[in-house]
This record gives sequence, C-alpha cells and structure tokens, in this order.
Amino acid sequence: MIIQTIVKKNAYYDSVTLMLLSRELKKLEGVEEILVGMGTDLNIELVQNLGLFSGELESITSNDLFISAKFDETRTNLEAIEAAFVEQLNKTDQKEADDDYQPPTLKSALQYLPDANMVVVSVPGQSAADVVDEALDNDLHVMLFSDNVSVEDELRLKQKAVNKGLLVMGPDCGTAIINGAPLCFANAVRRGRIGVVGASGTGTQEVTVQIHQMGGGLSQVIGTGGRDLKEEIGGLMMIQGFQALIDDPETDLIVLISKPPAASVAEKIYRIARQSAKPVVIDFIGGDRAAIEAVGAIACISLEDAARKAMAKLNGQKVADFVGFSLPEAEIEQIVDKAVATLKPDQTELRALFTGGTLADEAMKLLGGRYAIYSNIPLSPEMAIENMPDQKGHLCLDLGEDRFTRGRPHPMIDPQTRTEFFRSHVDEQTAVILVDVVLGFGSHADPAGAVVDSVREVRERLGKVGREVVVVASVCGTDLDSQNLERSVRALESEGVIVMPSNAQAVRLTDRVFQRLEKGN
Amino acid sequence: MSVNELFKKDLKVVNIGLKSFYNDLKSQNLTAVHVNWKPKAGGKTRMVSLLDKLKKMN
Amino acid sequence: MENLIEKANQQVLEIIQNARPTLIGLGIAGEVIPGMEKNLFLHAGPPVTWERMSGPMRGAVMAGLIYEGFASTPEEAAKVAASGKIRFEPCHHHQSVGPMAGVVTSSMPVWIIENTTYGNKAFCTLNEGLGKVLRFGAYGEEVITRLKWMEAVLYPVLKEAIAIHGPIDLKNMIAQGVQMGDEVHNRNKASTSLLIREIASSIVKTSFSDEDKVKVFDFLNSNDHTYLNLSMPAAKASLDPAGGVKYSTIVYTMARNGTDFGIRVAGLGDRWFTAPAEIINGLYFPGFTMDDANPDIGDSCITETLGIGGFSMATAPAIVQFVGGTPKDAMRYTTSMYEITTEESKAYKLPPLNFRGAPTGIDIRKVVETQILPVINTGIAHKDPGVGQVGAGIVNPPMACFEQALEAYVKLLEDEGLVE
Repeated sequence: MIIQTIVKKNAYYDSVTLMLLSRELKKLEGVEEILVGMGTDLNIELVQNLGLFSGELESITSNDLFISAKFDETRTNLEAIEAAFVEQLNKTDQKEADDDYQPPTLKSALQYLPDANMVVVSVPGQSAADVVDEALDNDLHVMLFSDNVSVEDELRLKQKAVNKGLLVMGPDCGTAIINGAPLCFANAVRRGRIGVVGASGTGTQEVTVQIHQMGGGLSQVIGTGGRDLKEEIGGLMMIQGFQALIDDPETDLIVLISKPPAASVAEKIYRIARQSAKPVVIDFIGGDRAAIEAVGAIACISLEDAARKAMAKLNGQKVADFVGFSLPEAEIEQIVDKAVATLKPDQTELRALFTGGTLADEAMKLLGGRYAIYSNIPLSPEMAIENMPDQKGHLCLDLGEDRFTRGRPHPMIDPQTRTEFFRSHVDEQTAVILVDVVLGFGSHADPAGAVVDSVREVRERLGKVGREVVVVASVCGTDLDSQNLERSVRALESEGVIVMPSNAQAVRLTDRVFQRLEKGN
Repeated sequence: MSVNELFKKDLKVVNIGLKSFYNDLKSQNLTAVHVNWKPKAGGKTRMVSLLDKLKKMN
Repeated sequence: MENLIEKANQQVLEIIQNARPTLIGLGIAGEVIPGMEKNLFLHAGPPVTWERMSGPMRGAVMAGLIYEGFASTPEEAAKVAASGKIRFEPCHHHQSVGPMAGVVTSSMPVWIIENTTYGNKAFCTLNEGLGKVLRFGAYGEEVITRLKWMEAVLYPVLKEAIAIHGPIDLKNMIAQGVQMGDEVHNRNKASTSLLIREIASSIVKTSFSDEDKVKVFDFLNSNDHTYLNLSMPAAKASLDPAGGVKYSTIVYTMARNGTDFGIRVAGLGDRWFTAPAEIINGLYFPGFTMDDANPDIGDSCITETLGIGGFSMATAPAIVQFVGGTPKDAMRYTTSMYEITTEESKAYKLPPLNFRGAPTGIDIRKVVETQILPVINTGIAHKDPGVGQVGAGIVNPPMACFEQALEAYVKLLEDEGLVE
C-alpha cells in the first residue's frame, strides 16, 4: 500500500461533485482509501485523519484541488486513478452538455434573465458574501443556502437587505417556499392561507408537511437561517418576514418556528405579535410559553402541534395542545405490546438516527427530560457523545451536524452516513431504532428505500443471534413529493417499520415503548 | 422590489452554486438560469486584488 | 474613475467597429512592406530567435532562404539561418500577418489591404494551398517551384485584375461569408467563392494568356483557404488603429510563433505578453496523434481577436466536425465569448444566434475574472518541418498572457497615481 497525491492548481469543483467523485473513485480496484477535495484547512485535516497525508499537500491553497489516495501499487497506479478522475468528470460534463447555457457570473445571468427577482446562493461560504452583495446591489431577493458565512457578514448583508426591503434568507437556510415554489430543501405542498417564517430547516419542513396533511395550505414559507434570532443578528429576517406576512393579503395566519431566540430578539417579535391583527402561532421549540401567550400568540409543544393549532385556529376550532396520537389509544397499546414482545430483557437502548437537525432536536426535547440520552446535540455537556461509555446507553444523533458532514454530503442527500451508523451503532442491546425520513426537493431520490435496506440488514445481523429490534419512523413528506409519501410509508411498513404520522408522534411512541420496557423490568 | 411586491410576481430565479437546486427549479417549470459559478479569477488572490484595485477606481 | 477604462475601451470599440478593410491591390513584399529588406525575414507570432523556433517555422525559414537564393540546399539554409546574417522580426512589427509559420521574405507577393477609415494598411502573402507548403515548414523543390510560379504568374494576373476591378470591400465580403457558413479562419470556402466570383471577369479582362488565366482560376479554386490570407490582414487592419489608446484593456493582437503565444493590449502599446504556446487538443488525421503536433502557431488568430474565426463558430457549424464537437458546442463556444468581450459587432452578424453581432473587443479584465479564455479554431502542424497539417482543433491562449498583461496594466495605473 502506498499513499500518493495529485494536485490540480486553481481547479474548482463544487463540494457535492467532489464528494460523489471520491465515492466513485473509491470503488476502483486496488484503491483502499481516497479523498478528492479542495485544499481547505478542513479537508487537509480530514486527509490527515484518513491517514492519506503526503508532502504535496503542504503548499496547496483552498483554490487547489487534490486527489489523495492509498492504494495497492501492484493493482493500480496514480495514472489510472487520475484517468478515472478525468473520466468521471467528463461523465458529469457530458450530462451537462445538452443543457441550457450557463452564464459564468450573476451579471451575465441577468442579461439572460433581466426580470429575475430571486437569487439562490449555494457557493462555498468564503465567497458567498460577495455573491449576496452583488445580488442585493441588483435589487434581488436572496436565498442563501451556504453556511460558513461570518456573523459580521450576515449582519451587514441583512441590514443592507432590510434597508432595501429585500430578503436574505440565510446563511445556512435550507428551506423556503416562495410564491408556491419550493427552494432548496422543501416539500411540495398545497398553496393556502398560512404563512410561515422559519429559522429551522427540517422544522419548517415538518410544519408545512403537517399542514398539508390536514388539508391546509401555505401562502409563503420564509426561511431566515439558523443564526437569525441570535443577539448579534437581532432577528432581522424573522422580523422582516413576519411583517411581510402581516401585510400579505393572501395570508390569514402566521406561524413562526425557531429555537428559542435571544431575549432581546424575542421581545421584538412579541411586540409585533401583540399588534398583529392576524393570529400568530409561535413555536420557539422548548421556549417560554407564558411570554408567548401573554402577547396573545399561540404557543406550541411540538412542530406537529404548531401545525395543528394553526389549522384549528384558522378553521375556528378549539385550540388545544396535542399530546397524543392520531390513532386511538387502544391501537397504540396494541402496537406497543407487539413491539415490546419482540424484545429480549437486555434490549434496553435507543438508537435515534436523524437526518433532520430540528427533528433530532425535537426528539431530544421530548425525550431528554425523562431519559439520559447521549448525543451530539446533548441537553447538557455530560451527555455529549464523547462521554458515552463504550456505546452503552441511549443515543440520539443529528447526522447532519458538521462533524458528520466533513467531506461527505448531507445525509438528506446521501443516506450513506446513516447506513454506516446502522451498522456501527446498532447492537444486541438496541431496543428501538428511531429515524426520520425526509422527502421533498433536495432530498435523496428514495430515502425510505435506503432505510428499508438498512433495516433489512440489521434484522439479518441481529437475527443471527436470535434478536429482533423495533424500528419507529416518521416520514416528512407529502403525496406531491417525487418520492411520494404513500409509497415511502408502505415500503417502510412492509419491512416492519412502525410509521407514525409525525416526528412528535414517532418520538412519543418510542417513549411509550421504553416506558413499557421499564415497567416490565 | 419589496417582499410584498415579490409575493405578487412570478418567481424568476438565478441559481448560483449547486446544479441540483437548478434542476429542481426547472422540474417545477419555473423560469430559472443556472450560473456555473467559479471562484473569481480562479481563486488566485493576486489577480483578485488587481481586479479589485481597478474596481475601486470608482 | 472606472469610467477612465470604460471611456478608453469605448474609444477602441468605436475604432474597431468603424474599420473599413479594403483590398486595394497587390505588391512585392520588399517594395511595399514598411522596413522590409532582403535579409529581413518576417514570421508569425511574437519575437523569437532561430534557436527557439519550432520545426515548421525553421522549415519555412529554410524554404524562404532557398527561395531568395541565400542557400541552395536545406543544410546550407540552416547554416545561414543560424549565422546571424538574417534578421527575424514579427510580421506584426511590419503591418503584416502570416498564417502558420507566416514567413514573409522580400520577393514574395502580398495582398495590400487598406483600412480606409483610418488610412492604415496591412499586408499578407498569398495562400499557397494545402499539403507541402512553406507555411507548414516544407522546403522541397515543389515548394520553391510553386512560390516562383506565384511570383511570376499568379501575382501579376491578380494585380492587374484588382486594378481593373477596383478596390474590394472586405468587411462586406466577410459579413456575407459569415452568413454563408464561414468563420474565415478555419472555414473560408464561401468567402473564397465570393472572391473568385467578384474578380472573375476582371481576371478574364487582364492582358495575360488564356493558359495563365486558367491556371490562376484553377489555383484559386483548388484552395478553400485562399480567403484566409485576406481575412487575416482585414482583421489586422481593423485592429491596428486601436493600439495605443491609453487606458484601454482591450486586446488588439493575438499571435503565436510555434513556441510562444503573445498578446498585445491597446492601453499597453507595443508590449508583448507571452507564454508557451499550447498543444492543441483536437481531431488528428489518421496516423497522427498529439505526440506529433507542433505547439500552436500562426498569426491567424487575429481573426478571433476581431471576433470572427473561432469566436463566430456558432455561424460555422460545419467546422465542428473537424474539431471533434457538435453544432451545439459551436453555439456554446460563441455564447461564452460574449462573457469576455465588450460589444457585439455591427458588421458581422451571426444568423444562428438570431443575427446577434459577433463578440468583439476582448477585455483582459473579463478574461482574468471569469477565467474564460478566448477560443481559437486552428489547424495543427506536424512538429517536424515539411510534413504539413496533421489535424485541427480548438485551442486557447495561455491564461498567463492575460494575467501578465493585467499586472502590467495595473502597474501602469499605479505609476500614474490612478490606483493605490
């Protein structure tokens, strides 16, 4: 085995292309490990961690591309690897060859589309601010998917945008639906009278999907990016979006979704809510209920609850906390009975593997009070996964978090990461595997299928030692999504997965199973 | 145009960055153009600084 | 203050757009080309010494030496070339351009083009045809014999014919050609036909024998690229007056000598910015590969500099067959050239792009910023002298030329206190 590196100076390819390239090249005969990436500090670190470092990487910059490979020199060589690289790249280019013209700059694009009104930006973070500046200078609204944009830049850009009455949705904003058009990671949902402003990607997705399931529709879904409600940014876009929905004749009710904001920011939002003639549902996940209700807004206990309350309010029905299940209690009991019956006494552990950050967060909030759950988004520092003793205990992971997405696509795009965790972290002590399956634009073509494969594999593996396992899932999707909600649900159910109608209910069911297991012991 | 004005218009999108987002927009029959973005001047910092000097002449 | 640059560029574009390249006659190089001397050999591309010349150019020099009587064998010619007896200078330094090796010697007949708007002239030899020819570095007997015939028969007949006919508006003829499938660099068939049609009766009216006239017709007709040696000086004549417009970032010369590629920028006067010429990635004739290729050579990319040639590929879809692409590629190439140019040509309109004007006025800032390089359609010469063409393809200038030019340009402005 030898380790060698090819460097291509000033050759730029986007991260998704490079990650998919790495994956393809790894399949080459004789290649044990390989990484293709831009020479960023993060990637160099990754190369070192993978044991692929070599001297050529000392002097490369983040604008250079590298291919670092560990391979059996009797079965392949660097030339073959480079040739395969070029071939794969040509395959990508060839697919693009039949497409429409792609201008190289925003300026040029505006000559082709002079009445453009929205720019969707997903370039590397270090370059994103410049692109957003240019968009704003051209009086265009911005959806900023990129992350790794500095707080200073975010503040400056949002202030510039507010002064011009423009949107800057992001940075790190994954979800928006403007004028009925899903942008980036979003579901195909009905158009309707409910407006949403969300700082949490999958949180927003879950709420919109639930509203659709209940027969409602969305007027506008505005994203703000995850940092918007922090002190430094002051909720600039939440406020801008909130106000726009108040002024929007097509919106009758507004839902706000975010992790709890900084106090000063919450204040500003409450002030606007108090004066709003339209009903406002505020889901500051785990936030201050009293303060919300004090200003006449409707507080929530889960994402599903937010959707339900919005629909109830809109339809003039009673607004009440939804803490139960869609199915009758008797059926729920039956499901729990059946599930628990399959487990052995020493199967006591939770393995929650989430692709959606806010969905993982919701699980932690709903379960973390009662159970000690190790996590990469722990409720307290002692429960950080680094502290997990030998994989013993409950585990809940947000697989979309930075540490899991270095040099790999987000798990919503590529299920590979979760597949690996199914293999590495599910063992004979696992009682329940809890997952989210997120459909919609931006997501993998068949996320349910990937979970089905993983479950099948796990059942086989555990079956060899006479074990079964309970798998609980929720599908965040609609019948209008290309991956199709019904098909996804059926596929999962046919593999024995318990599919609940929402993330909250899936989490609640999981809780029921563990409560029953505790009683049994 | 303001946010509320945007709400009244047909969305016309310039996508800069990941091609998959553009493909999704097209699949919805939206008007969109994809910018095949590359770092300015190939990321060469010296060239970028020269170009910026000329731009700053304003 | 960026207006300073925009104003200068506007001026350059106006000069280019207003050009009226006109064929006014023919002459002998030594008599009409400024500064031409018996022991001065002009060549394509930026300055280059005998030591650094590539195979085809050396072969062409040797052929020229034999033709001019400086040597009687190739071996002798090589000695003379290395001796220092002969001076080598770029065609461009003498208001001339030459395809491939582009070697011009004093006895060679040349087309005379005048840009009637500004009065400047440009010169170019007559195209010898394909196969074993001087411009590909062949120096055998047939080459010399042909050159002698061109001097003795082709030249006087054409000279008289043009005198009878009167000046020919080349801008107009090129404008028609690009609407007939030519891009007038690698595809000249239509324009060559238009030329012959235009001067046919004048040739008949000349005082020469029927035999000579027939040979002239046959010679012109046998060579689809006859017109290249008119489109090149037409382009040069259009661009030359732009050189020297202070503060302009527009490229007014692109040229290669088989070793280096060079560009000149309007706001930087006569300065060449050079880097090693590229090997062309194209379609090779059976039996030949990239290993046989000489690096990029010739002044013919003066056509691209103007916005025709490879820049107008969209209008010459047939060309892509020879460079290994599809008509859609041709459209894409032209479309991307608009990203690095300043205006659309008012004269050269491209039907497949809804008669959009050809992309004109290469701006070094745009090239560096977008990293999109000018696209050049070119023939590929064998690296050994005398073998000839081995393929055709698409090639770019090295980015280094534009980056060096940008450095120099900013330094100029810094020295004048116009930038920090």
